[in-house]
Amino acid sequence: MPIQYYIFLALALFCIGVAGVLARRNVIIIFMCIELMLNAANLLLVAFSKMHHAAWMAKPAGIASPGADGQLFVFFIMAVAAAEVSVGLAIIVMMYRNTHSVDVNFLNRLKN
Amino acid sequence: MGNIIQLAWLVPLFPLIGFLINGLGRRSLSKGAISFIGSGAILASFIVSIMIVLQVKSPGFTASQGVLKMFDFISVDKLIIPFAFQIDQLSSLFLLIITGVGFLIHVYSTSYMHDEESEHFGRYFAYLNLFVFSMLLLVMGGNFVIMFIGWEGVGLCSYLLIGFWFKNSDYNDAAKKAFVMNRIGDFGFLLAVFWIIAKVGSVDFSTVFAAAQSLSKTDITIITLLLFVGAAGKSAQIPLYTWLPDAMAGPTPVSALIHAATMVTAGIYMIARSNILYSLAPITQTVVAVTGLVTAVFAATIALQQNDIKKVLAYSTVSQLGYMFLGLGVGAYTGAVFHVMTHAFFKALLFLGAGSVIHAMHSEQDIRNMGGLKKQMPVTHITFLLGCLAIAGVPPFSGFFSKDEILAGAFSVNPVYYYIGVAGALMTAFYMFRLYAMTFTGTFRGTHEQEHHLHESPVAITFPLIVLAVLAAIAGFAGLPEVFVENGHALEHFLAPIFAESAKLKHANHLDHTTEITLMVSVTVLILITIIYAWIRFSRYRKTEADTKGLARVLENKWYVDEIYNAAIVRPLNAFSGLLNRVVEKVLIDGLVNGVGKSIQYGSRQLRLLQSGQVGSYILLMVLSILAFFALVFFTKK
Amino acid sequence: MIPVLLLIIPLLTGLLLFAVKNEKSAKNLALLSSIATLTVSLLGVTYMKNAGYLDYDMEWMPALGSRFHVRLDGMGQILCLLTAISFPLIFVATYYNRYKNAASFYALMLLSQAGLMGVFIAVDALLFYFFWELALIPVYFLCSIWGGEKRIAATFKFFIYTFAGSLLMLLGLIYLYFKANQSFSLEAFYAIQFKPGQDTAIFWMLFLAFAIKMPIFPFHTWQPDTYEQSPTAVTMVLSGIMVKMGVFGLLRWVVPVVPFSSWQLGDRITIFALIGLIYASLVAIKQDDLKRLVAYSSIAHIGLMCAAIFATDKSATQGVMLQMFNHGINIIGLWIVVDVIEQQFKTRKISELGGVAQKAPALAILLVIIAFANIGLPLTNAFIGEFMMFNGIFTSKATAFNVVFTIVALVGIILSAVYTLNMIKKVFYGNTSELTSAGHDISFNVKLALSIIVVLIIVLGVFPKPMLSVTNQLSDAILGRMYLKN
Repeated sequence: MPIQYYIFLALALFCIGVAGVLARRNVIIIFMCIELMLNAANLLLVAFSKMHHAAWMAKPAGIASPGADGQLFVFFIMAVAAAEVSVGLAIIVMMYRNTHSVDVNFLNRLKN
Repeated sequence: MGNIIQLAWLVPLFPLIGFLINGLGRRSLSKGAISFIGSGAILASFIVSIMIVLQVKSPGFTASQGVLKMFDFISVDKLIIPFAFQIDQLSSLFLLIITGVGFLIHVYSTSYMHDEESEHFGRYFAYLNLFVFSMLLLVMGGNFVIMFIGWEGVGLCSYLLIGFWFKNSDYNDAAKKAFVMNRIGDFGFLLAVFWIIAKVGSVDFSTVFAAAQSLSKTDITIITLLLFVGAAGKSAQIPLYTWLPDAMAGPTPVSALIHAATMVTAGIYMIARSNILYSLAPITQTVVAVTGLVTAVFAATIALQQNDIKKVLAYSTVSQLGYMFLGLGVGAYTGAVFHVMTHAFFKALLFLGAGSVIHAMHSEQDIRNMGGLKKQMPVTHITFLLGCLAIAGVPPFSGFFSKDEILAGAFSVNPVYYYIGVAGALMTAFYMFRLYAMTFTGTFRGTHEQEHHLHESPVAITFPLIVLAVLAAIAGFAGLPEVFVENGHALEHFLAPIFAESAKLKHANHLDHTTEITLMVSVTVLILITIIYAWIRFSRYRKTEADTKGLARVLENKWYVDEIYNAAIVRPLNAFSGLLNRVVEKVLIDGLVNGVGKSIQYGSRQLRLLQSGQVGSYILLMVLSILAFFALVFFTKK
Repeated sequence: MIPVLLLIIPLLTGLLLFAVKNEKSAKNLALLSSIATLTVSLLGVTYMKNAGYLDYDMEWMPALGSRFHVRLDGMGQILCLLTAISFPLIFVATYYNRYKNAASFYALMLLSQAGLMGVFIAVDALLFYFFWELALIPVYFLCSIWGGEKRIAATFKFFIYTFAGSLLMLLGLIYLYFKANQSFSLEAFYAIQFKPGQDTAIFWMLFLAFAIKMPIFPFHTWQPDTYEQSPTAVTMVLSGIMVKMGVFGLLRWVVPVVPFSSWQLGDRITIFALIGLIYASLVAIKQDDLKRLVAYSSIAHIGLMCAAIFATDKSATQGVMLQMFNHGINIIGLWIVVDVIEQQFKTRKISELGGVAQKAPALAILLVIIAFANIGLPLTNAFIGEFMMFNGIFTSKATAFNVVFTIVALVGIILSAVYTLNMIKKVFYGNTSELTSAGHDISFNVKLALSIIVVLIIVLGVFPKPMLSVTNQLSDAILGRMYLKN
């Protein structure tokens, strides 16, 4: 399958994520959208990794082995994302307890 | 007698010491001591001056002997300005006049100023000594810079003395005016000095005058014109004369000192000193002659209608100085110097006489309130009359000879100068005898109290009057014209070395003797007629309340020159500086500076609005910035 | 060792003074320290005669290529002497002025003195910059703590202005540092070979820094405000010595370092300097506050000095060096008089004063002498300097407009007579006003300080030769660089 498909899919996911973060006010949805963007990045990493590997397989003498760095990174990101989810959800829970709402517009106290 | 010229520095030193002692000790010294020190210092200088003149007159004297170098004053690169004195015929003659007349004025002052408090008495004599010191420095200076020191010094002293009674605000204005006007003249002098330095590389008289022939025509014209600006300021010529009549605010002996012995003769001295430069610059000579002539007549017209005894004399000084400049302008340098000398005698006499009158009249200066003083004040009366005859140019009194020499010189250059000059001389005769008649003849017009107190002045006042009167009467014989006595002009022979170079350049254009005698006689007759007319008319003067009208009114108000200066220069300048202060400084420049500050404040206030605290808007901004960054990288990559 | 002593004495005493509690002992200690500095400075004069200049060089920050290198040469000597003379005079004249927290006041004054000394002797650019700030920072505090009513605003303006200048200077110095193969020494700066156009930027950066400090029109507006609001003792330091830092800086760090630009741009700068001269004189005529009047007069005088620097002439350059000293002495005299009047009558408004001469004749006489020195009367010190500067401007080869420049500058001299005599007349002469009728003559300490100034004025006015010979060599060196590069 050509690499373009993966790129377009990742792009679409990422844009949906960005749009969601910008447009929605519900913290949980924003949170999910951030996950979406992260996963778009993950998808690209895996796709490129696979592509480079395929290129190397085709002509092993010409270029150095790309290894599995890209795919390794994905695991890193997933781990970080998991950590982030736990911290983020905790924040959201705290926020809900304090404001009885999950609307980000209530969180304008950064100003002062 | 060794070489007294080597000791010439004593001449200015005595007054300086007198100044220091009187200035520092003015509270502790008694009036007697102050008078003694003040007058004694000048007397000592006078004695040294006499010895110097004798030495200079002796046949062995050469110009190079007269240069006394004390120490290096300023030395930069190749320019070395020594603190040097130059003694020669011209400066020694001036020394004699300054210290001689100065001494008499000091003696006079001891009595005239006796009512002042002791402290102010001391201050007065200190200033007076300083004045004489500055003038001596001016005259003795061996280069233009030392001359300039004295030049500004007399300006300072006149400022101090005119404003001597400093409680009176008008007097201070007069003092300020004198100083500023003088400064305008000094501006020209200083510029001329720089010009000379740039062209000649030295300010020593001998070097400069020796190099005069090699200077270009333009340079020499500019230098002489600039020097003349200086002379016009100091010697009160149009357009810078207005300070001199106002300078009457000072005590009367000071007026005598300023008008006769010091200060105003400085301009004449300077031009006579640099006569070679002027002889090489015909354009400047014309300017000098015309300015002098116009001033002579213009000031004489003003004097016709003044009622303040000192104001009349002041304008007469301006007028007589005009004659001296006329003499300088037409190349009659000896005549000009001669007139300086005779003028010093009779003008000092007249001022001191006026002071004696004012003293007797209890500070009354308006001649309309005087009259018939000759009975009570015989000595003052006679001496004053002699002074009037001398200034009016009646033979055989001194003014006749000196003025005649100048006018003869003017005639030989341009007869028009002569006729205008004679018109001025007639006016002189008229206003002087108007003054004399209104003061001394007729009936007394003052208050009874004044009449009761009228008295002849004490001997300290009458003694200088008598001495000066004698001098005013006979000084003319120092310069008998050739027509009367062959080689009778002693002064001309004495001064000949100074003007030798100029004399070579001058085209011999001597009047033949018959013309000269005709002119002399006709002028004398005219003057006598004027005198008799004025005498008769003003002896019968009655006080009227009516205001003067027409031309007389314009003359009484001095052609409104002060008002014109005020409207044309002083007020616009004031308004302009007000504008600069209020608008340019506060609004424009400060506005600009504060504007920078304010716009930064405003800008940051606007930028602060971006920080809304809304997480959403932060993120939006972030995304937009990232996009912008991508776009930037994308487009600028190549 | 003498240059270092000049730094150390005020620095250490200044630091020590922070610990002193008693007002009187703080005052006396400060006075003592300043007299000690003066003695050392005078000693320096005698040593200089043999050596030509006094040098002290020590490792400082080798990593940065900066050394602790100080040198007392002709111009530095004159200005150090000025600094050394001024401080005792200031302390004596204001001896009876009361300051809250006096010890800190004197401490800051002395720190500032140390900074000033450093500025005048440093021949390492970084060291120079360091001392420059050391001189200025105490003044910010002195103004903002002990100043008048609007002191905060004035100090703020002063700070922003001078700080902007300082930063420009730093920028310029760092640029030079890289051009000079990472060295801050003056000699290395002299050796730089610029590519065409490069030195113009440096010239402007350094010139602006010094122009603000001097100040040159139109960067002068901080000055009247600051002078007006500062306590008078500080104003004396500011106008007597600190403005000379700018003039000094131009002569040491600009003209010889970027001679080509200085030569080329001199005309334009002279025009501004002369506009400033006339402008300040005219504005001074209209001032009603004594302090502002003196401030504007100072701006006018500095304008003349700036014009003379860019005349690139021996006479002018020596005149400037001389005039820096003379102007410093004279203007401190004027400030002392202003201070006396303010302390006695609690006002500085010229319109509210009058007739002071009747009440304080000694003050009047001393003031008249100082005022006439300030307008350059012959036989006073300022005449020598001004004469030489005018002469230099007139004979300048750097410009085609020398005659016009001289005429304009001379007009300034006439105007200076106008405003000075106006001031004397309105404050000292005439009748006493309500305020002044209770006046009395000056106390001994003021009389002493003013008399010393008057003696200096006359002596230097009659016999300027020693001062001239001190500056002879250095001005040759500076001008030599100017002509070498052209």
